[in-house]
Amino acid sequence: MDGFLSWLTYVQGHWSDLQAGLLAHAKLVLIVVALATVFSVGLGVIVQRSAVARAVALSVAGIFLTIPSLALFALFIPLVGIGNTPAMIAMFLYAILPILRNTVTGLDEVSPAVVESARGMGMNGTQRLLRVRLPLAWPIIMAGVRVSTLITVGIAAIAVLVGGDGLGSFIQGGLTRLGLPNSFEAVWAGTIFTVALGLVLDLVFAGIQRVTTPRGLRL
Amino acid sequence: MSSDAKIRLDNVEKTYHGSSVSAVDKLSLDVYEGEILVLVGPSGCGKSTTLRLINRMIEPTGGRIFLDGEDVTTVDPDRLRRRIGYVIQQIGLFPHQTIAQNIATVPKMLKWDKNRIAARADELLTMVGLDPDQYRDRYPKELSGGQAQRVGVARALGADPEIMLMDEPFGAIDPITRERLQNEFLRLQAELRKTIVFVTHDIDEAIKMGDRIAILGERSQIRQCDTPERILAFPVDEFVDDFIGAGSTIKGLNFEQVGGLRLNGHPHITVDDPPSTGIKVLRASDQEWLLILDDERRPLRWMRERDLNRSSGSYLDEGEEVRIRLHSDDTLFHALEQMLQSSSGLCCVVDEKGALAGVVEMTHLRKAIRRAQVEARRHYEDLEAN
Repeated sequence: MDGFLSWLTYVQGHWSDLQAGLLAHAKLVLIVVALATVFSVGLGVIVQRSAVARAVALSVAGIFLTIPSLALFALFIPLVGIGNTPAMIAMFLYAILPILRNTVTGLDEVSPAVVESARGMGMNGTQRLLRVRLPLAWPIIMAGVRVSTLITVGIAAIAVLVGGDGLGSFIQGGLTRLGLPNSFEAVWAGTIFTVALGLVLDLVFAGIQRVTTPRGLRL
Repeated sequence: MSSDAKIRLDNVEKTYHGSSVSAVDKLSLDVYEGEILVLVGPSGCGKSTTLRLINRMIEPTGGRIFLDGEDVTTVDPDRLRRRIGYVIQQIGLFPHQTIAQNIATVPKMLKWDKNRIAARADELLTMVGLDPDQYRDRYPKELSGGQAQRVGVARALGADPEIMLMDEPFGAIDPITRERLQNEFLRLQAELRKTIVFVTHDIDEAIKMGDRIAILGERSQIRQCDTPERILAFPVDEFVDDFIGAGSTIKGLNFEQVGGLRLNGHPHITVDDPPSTGIKVLRASDQEWLLILDDERRPLRWMRERDLNRSSGSYLDEGEEVRIRLHSDDTLFHALEQMLQSSSGLCCVVDEKGALAGVVEMTHLRKAIRRAQVEARRHYEDLEAN
């Protein structure tokens, strides 16, 4: 109980810092997820039809996820220096797989009869993609976007180690002075705010998923 | 072949990559304006491939395709397809769009204005028997199979194409709904007079839907292409005979009408005549059954001599009531069915006022069948002679 009260006091005392960290964190995540969505959907569309290309793309995207995040962050420092840039590049690479995989799956699941009838009515490749295939794959793609969002929210907390902004600074700051006053409170504040941000963003994306899913596809 | 074919396939060929045998081998076929030409054949004969060559969903590897005399073998296939309605068995409605949006697909691509598109969607829904107010904003998942197929037809008619290609459009629908959709489609076609190529594997559907039928063998080779009645009356070879199967003679009766028969008079009296007159009339003929007519010459009852002997003269209880009255536009198939059910083996034909016009006997049907066979054979002999 005491711990909780002192935590609350800490949060109150650092409210504006926490708020700034939260916003910076959210900004990092949203920019990365937006870029990763555009990239992965585009890549998914390109590789979906070819068994070889999709296998290569999915494997490479999968490999990124297996590289420890700290190592991945560090890898980019020699290339782009420290700060938000190496963090965002790493987060971007992590965010690819869920969206890419779901794009490919979503496009696979579009009924061949629907595509055939679209072609039979004289829709060209672009029209079939934009008016038929992507809208039908959209709910599944959005599910991938939500997974990527949760992954990047977590990983962004480590971005502070390569000089990035965000709630990670509370965790890192707390850990480096462990045992000193307010160290645990800082770690907890960073962690809880990160988790809360993840939940809120997931809810927001769930809402977007629902609103952008055509009524005819809703269950 | 006449030169005013709406669709002409000229030695069209399709050979797939890495295959030494062609899927469609040098096929030449004319489809005339306003007719339904049915491509029918055993599965794997290439009938669907042939259909898809016409709108170049499959690109031919040889030969030419003409629409209205215009060579379309190398024009932009997407623009070609917007001129041609296309209906497939699985329908392929867009699940994320409303019924009205589905129907608007081609008009939208052709950049029709909004009001015209909306009016067209309503018109088409009405045409296929769906109330626009009730259906235009629904989604495909809210439709039954039969309704979805109607919408599929409406969508194919979207921009009022002159040509329609239909690939087993009623194949996945239960038999009762299929029959109804076929009838509705024929009624619609009688109005619209589109040029239609229709693929089916079902010879009965082919006979029902086709103005002409092309029976295809392996590699889409045309074994016989003619009106259904002539194919039924005179299958040119064993393959065709096998394919149309048993009962072709009886099916042929569907194409002859009662009005085409030469009927002779049948012994009859009116209700005012006494039974004794009836007996006299009956004995003077070579018939077993006598017809009793009312004052307006409408047939009432069938009677044999012993019925007349028993009759008091009111003609109400004796003999058999005339239950079936054929009209001149009834088919002989219908007539045969009725005759098999009547105890006299005879069927009355009446005019539009209900008065007796004649009586159909079994010999009439035999003669009609014989005549159709002779005519068909002569047609093919003439073709060969030329």
